[in-house]
Amino acid sequence: MSGPRSGAWSVKATRGIDTAPVRRERGAKSTVNQGTVGGDVGAQNTVKFPVIRTVGLTGLLVTFADQLSEASNRATLAFCEALKSGNGLPVQEIATSLASVFIRFDPTVISHAALQDHLQGLIDQQDWQRAELPAGRRLWRVPTVYGTDLAPQLEEAAEAAGMNVDQAIESLGSARVRVLTIGFAPGQPYLGPLGAEWNLPRQTELTPQVPPGALVLAISQFVLFTAAAPTGWRHVGQTGFRGFQLQADDPIALRAGDEMIFIPVTRPEYDRLCAADPHFGGASREEIAT
Amino acid sequence: MSALRVLRIGPAASIQDQGRAGRLDQGISCGGAADLLALAEGAALLRQDGGLAALELAGMGGAFEATAPVRIALTGAPMVASLDGAPLAWNASHLLQAGQRLDIGAARKGVYGYLHLGGGIASEALLGARAAHLVSGLGRTVVEGDLLPAGTDTGRETGLGLAAEDRFQGGELRIVESFQSSLFAQEVRARFAETAFTRGSRANRMGVEMISEGEGFAAAGQLNVLSEIIVPGDVQMTGDGKPFVLLREAQTTGGYPRIGSVLPCDLTRVAQAQAGTALRFRWISLAEGLAAQAQYDKMIKALPTRCKPLLRDPAIMQDLLSYQLISGVVSADAEPFESGDIT
Repeated sequence: MSGPRSGAWSVKATRGIDTAPVRRERGAKSTVNQGTVGGDVGAQNTVKFPVIRTVGLTGLLVTFADQLSEASNRATLAFCEALKSGNGLPVQEIATSLASVFIRFDPTVISHAALQDHLQGLIDQQDWQRAELPAGRRLWRVPTVYGTDLAPQLEEAAEAAGMNVDQAIESLGSARVRVLTIGFAPGQPYLGPLGAEWNLPRQTELTPQVPPGALVLAISQFVLFTAAAPTGWRHVGQTGFRGFQLQADDPIALRAGDEMIFIPVTRPEYDRLCAADPHFGGASREEIAT
Repeated sequence: MSALRVLRIGPAASIQDQGRAGRLDQGISCGGAADLLALAEGAALLRQDGGLAALELAGMGGAFEATAPVRIALTGAPMVASLDGAPLAWNASHLLQAGQRLDIGAARKGVYGYLHLGGGIASEALLGARAAHLVSGLGRTVVEGDLLPAGTDTGRETGLGLAAEDRFQGGELRIVESFQSSLFAQEVRARFAETAFTRGSRANRMGVEMISEGEGFAAAGQLNVLSEIIVPGDVQMTGDGKPFVLLREAQTTGGYPRIGSVLPCDLTRVAQAQAGTALRFRWISLAEGLAAQAQYDKMIKALPTRCKPLLRDPAIMQDLLSYQLISGVVSADAEPFESGDIT
């Protein structure tokens, strides 16, 4: 067995691309990528971002950072939008994760090398970490019960963050967080970033099940569950928000880049709001002006 | 409208098609038939579109009754089938008359068998596809008493057979490096391809566990990887360095690092491996992977030309004989059991 080898393939270009991190200096002309595949583990720590790498046979991934931050997520959303609005790029799918943009394509239609060139050209156009966020995003205000038997882990989360319960509700209830990405389950948002005080590790033991609408917290992020699920994140709030409703006109309520505030309400208010609005538990939505 | 009534069925049977590609940004993985080759074979045998839905049978078969004349095809993991007690060829198309009973037994090898209807199964489409995606709450398993309605069938032909590729006995899986491969030391990647694996007991439409002797295949910084997009074929290492090959119904993103990605054309071999089946990985370059996939895509396109009338094609006849399903199809004088099993 000769071990992994680098590929050299293209449809329309004579250059190859391989699975090693590919990096060209800003504004540099396109060059042959001679990097060895993968390399040693230490090399990963010296990767310069943004980096273009292959995903399986028919994907490329543009990664803006190996850590989540407001800026790296902003870069991701802005770059995705620029890629989508660029005219006629013959690709099959564009989707974002926390700090990367994934592009799926048919290599018999556009080669890896040609697509890589296009992506690099776009990367070089600006400092994406300072880019404007895309237009068309919405702000959601979601009534939320913090703590009580509905969300029984607020107290331990507050303690882990070095706060009392009232301080925790004040902190979480006033945070305006972004839908960083949708993933894991249909319509399910990862939200943040919250402050460093909320950088709590996942629990070692899974909570067997939280209900739909559960607001859970770990690693300076919320997840707002769309369906009942087990989780290692702490259940700090409960909402009547249903992010995935198959029968609705728009089954997936949220989009990456939307913003959310989880407004503290009392249990009786929550009950009343959920009874009046079984889909969104009294949440409001407005366009974010650009 | 023609339909099949489900009289009896194993657990985990579901309606499947090509799935829902293009919804990663909504948190929905593409899903669809675990064995896409079987889906294409069924479409070829019925001379119809490859996008139509079929019934995926997971290891166990079932019993069905036709409410009106309906064409069917049987593909994927070979199962013993009969029509009102008379044996039916697998990898073949047949005509059922109203009231006739189709019985399908458990898989003889492989995992997923497929029952196709002329016109496809015309169940309700959800988010653009009929494929059940159970973890996403799209659709459900098919149960006793269900009616599988056939779509409009413009075809007439039945009695076609196909010498299908055997992907039911494990073997070699070709794998390309992907964006997280470099998280694994060169030594670990090399050892991964030198290791004999068997399919573990944990397997479903989302992924398949691989078991091996000896040390696991841990990445450096295993627990600190940012969650990232998953594509079908990705080989994910859990915390203890145990590989899972992720299939088309895996979650859209995941935080466990992935050592590489199995070629889409080899994934059917993973999905169709029964527990205990021997499997190995072989690293190939991106260029080799693209060439292999292109060859496979060409083979899929050519499937319709390889469907031949059951009574005439010697290759298919051999195939039928190997199933010992000769009654009513060929003369009992034929030498039945000489041929290899070429499913």
